[in-house]
Amino acid sequence: MRRLTLLPLAVSLLATVAAVAGPVSATTSPPVRGGGDGTTITLVTHDSFNASKRVMRQFTKRTGVTVEVLPSGDAGAAVNQAILTKNNPLGDVFFGIDNTLLSRALEEDVFLPYRSPELANVPKSLQLDPRDRVSPVDTGDVCVNFDRKYFADRKLTVPKTLEDLTKPEYKGLLVVENPATSSPGLAFLLATVDKLGPDGWRAYWERLRDNDVKVVDGWEQAYNTEFSGSAGKGDYPLVVSYATSPPAEVVNAEAAPEEAPTGALLDTCFRQIEFVGILRGTEHEKAAKQLVDFMLSERFQRDMPLQMYVFPARDGTKLPPVFVKYAKFAPRPASLPPDEIARNRDQWIDEWTSTVLR
Amino acid sequence: MVPARIDRRRIARGLMLAVPLAFLGVFFVYPVASIVGRGLTPDGSLDLSPIGDVVTDARLRGVAWFTVWQATVSTALTVLVALPGAYVFARYEFRGKRLVRAAVLVPFVLPTVVVGSAFLAVLGESGPLGFLGLDQSLAAILLAHVFFDYAVVVLVVGGLWAHLDPRQEDAARVLGAGRWQTFRSVTLPALQPAIAAAAAIVFLFTFTSFGVILILGGPGYSTLETEIYRQTVQFLDLPQAAALSILQLVAVIAVLLVAGRAQGRRAQALRLRPRAETSRRARTAAERAVVGVNLAVIAVLLGGPIAVLVERSFDTAGGYSFGFYRALSELRRTSTVFVPPIEAVRNSIVFASAATVIALVIGGLAAFAIAGAGRRVRPGRGLDTLLLLPLGVSAVTIGFGFLIALDRPPFDLRASPVLIPIAHALVAAPFVARVLIPVLRSIDQRLREAAAVLGASPRRVWREIDLPIVARAVLVAAGFAFAISLGEFGATIFIARPDYPTLPVVVFRLLGQPGALNFGAAMAASVILMAVTAVAILAIERFRFADIGEF
Repeated sequence: MRRLTLLPLAVSLLATVAAVAGPVSATTSPPVRGGGDGTTITLVTHDSFNASKRVMRQFTKRTGVTVEVLPSGDAGAAVNQAILTKNNPLGDVFFGIDNTLLSRALEEDVFLPYRSPELANVPKSLQLDPRDRVSPVDTGDVCVNFDRKYFADRKLTVPKTLEDLTKPEYKGLLVVENPATSSPGLAFLLATVDKLGPDGWRAYWERLRDNDVKVVDGWEQAYNTEFSGSAGKGDYPLVVSYATSPPAEVVNAEAAPEEAPTGALLDTCFRQIEFVGILRGTEHEKAAKQLVDFMLSERFQRDMPLQMYVFPARDGTKLPPVFVKYAKFAPRPASLPPDEIARNRDQWIDEWTSTVLR
Repeated sequence: MVPARIDRRRIARGLMLAVPLAFLGVFFVYPVASIVGRGLTPDGSLDLSPIGDVVTDARLRGVAWFTVWQATVSTALTVLVALPGAYVFARYEFRGKRLVRAAVLVPFVLPTVVVGSAFLAVLGESGPLGFLGLDQSLAAILLAHVFFDYAVVVLVVGGLWAHLDPRQEDAARVLGAGRWQTFRSVTLPALQPAIAAAAAIVFLFTFTSFGVILILGGPGYSTLETEIYRQTVQFLDLPQAAALSILQLVAVIAVLLVAGRAQGRRAQALRLRPRAETSRRARTAAERAVVGVNLAVIAVLLGGPIAVLVERSFDTAGGYSFGFYRALSELRRTSTVFVPPIEAVRNSIVFASAATVIALVIGGLAAFAIAGAGRRVRPGRGLDTLLLLPLGVSAVTIGFGFLIALDRPPFDLRASPVLIPIAHALVAAPFVARVLIPVLRSIDQRLREAAAVLGASPRRVWREIDLPIVARAVLVAAGFAFAISLGEFGATIFIARPDYPTLPVVVFRLLGQPGALNFGAAMAASVILMAVTAVAILAIERFRFADIGEF
């Protein structure tokens, strides 16, 4: 009998593994010869983090510090992982905690205080932690987006305010994300809490519910599948997304259109501020500080808009033309103090759930 | 027999048990115990009150009930729809059979959010089946579960069915039994262990189903799994998450014990035949109709959503083209998130190969230990249940458990790429065992004994008796393991992971930003993922075991 057993199967599979010589990492900036002390630090962040390779290489060149990116799920999951591992952190710097999640992490003492000299160029109104444990990097407005073509074709006036969305002519046109599972969904809930007050928001959502608002699990599904204005060609011409989604639609169109196919309703926005902080327990505090400085520097700030579709926090940062043309900045966005959000978040979500879903 | 030989056998069996036990201990029991323990000792002292709170909460009791209920119905439905399919694959030859069998595994690897968009294209208000009103409904959940798990029943049950000797059925027919009576009294009892094995896996998958509930069911439905996700990932309410995890664990163990009883008792020695002897072309009109109807079910149920995705991946503004496939290597090329598609394919294959090897070793050893222990010894049953548990415990619990448990040497693996195939193998190993056990148990013990009496060494017995019969099942198991890893099952979705992007990761990244190009490219990446899966499964099926290859 021929000596063919299971062994060859295992061996050939292992050989495949060996032949391709292990998985390939994509985001580590390549090592730079001759520069600095060769430290590598880990940037723990959410899945939406992105930057130009060139910009990250410049940082390495300037400081000798290599940055490894560790994406850890959506913003909520990333922050909670950081809290869970605070005694033995996953990395040195954390980026992507926003004002809706900030308080809990500060209470849990996850971050080391550090006042970057670059903060001198960032508006005071964005610096929410008086002890400088986190520094604001960017802002983004969560707003209702509309499908331009849908409203033009039907000669229907585009709604303007939160109140408009409850009117009969917009019945069954809006899709929102579940605030229990989605960060833009939570931001939109907070917008209604701020604008309609602690006594009015539940009644507002009852009206929205009676106007057939559709609730889905997350942004990807709402925007890519249910919304009629983007690629998925769904049935809903109004969706909760970002004020910067219209320029993203232009940049990522198959052929650049003259006008953005979608727009944002600027009276429905909630402002999210994203922060960076140094994780307590890091062994590379100096390098971590250098990275924070760099993320607040003009070089990184100018790169951000087209990488992550957010507005830079730094004053006077030059915006790319497509942003100037298509991205709107809400003049009076809703916002709430982080500690108020932290105190009430779970209760608001429970109340919202029983109002809208049950 | 010489006493020394018995000792060696005992040692071998001990080792077979020890390896899977150690693996499960380190990568499953320890992480889960750590995170649950952390939840139940919020201030350093044990506090069991969250368990009481969860059990007495009327809403959560409703959630637990719905979880069990939808999993039971989903399982019954999947078995009902897929059993005829298993029969067709086992008994009939038809053109393109290999390809179709590889294709039924394709849904397995698709990200739920992608499948969700395909389902919605069909079931949504303006879709062709929109009038049924199935969008965000229980029916959509059940349908999606059948879509995802059809392959489990077809391959696990079909694998054994293909080796059943059809002459037994013929004999029953000759003796006057009707078609139905033959099936009930001859075929079904022989198949029962495999059906129980497949049903147990489908049950656990649907029991812990996450994306399908959230995306296709909509926010109106919650299960224990979605609650654990909410409490852990969104609220970091570890006490409540721990209590829910315990509830989930208790429910799963209860179900497994019942299922294990059904499976263990009825296992019988069968006269297994090579596949070539058991299947043939459909001859009569009735036979052709049976084959045709089942292929039609596959075409509509599995092929429908897949066709939607393929169509979308080519549907560019200027007509059908490869535009989105080209965009895959162009979009955000200068950014840190950019992954050349070939690199993503490579990473996927590397991780899947590693996960398959680990799962074959762990699941294979466990299967031999369990089947060898047979009906006489208890420890086999215990390992059997333990091996299946990772399928029934929340991926969030396991993932977050990894974070706090595997953070020190010698298991400082939190941010290591090694953790990825390990996490996948945790899900794949029970598949391997479940595919192998029914086949191993059905090997006639008398054959082994006869060989031993004739002077064959235990190794020789294994090689000449067990291996030829098992070889075929191993390939099926390897295919499953590979697909499970390609589809990124299990805890890897919820943990921070070093950036070795695989195809599903590329799909998620593309879907994370607005724009027609991103969406189209995500569809293209999904189609590539499907193609890689089909090719890999076909390649695995091609493995030959020399003279026993036809089995």
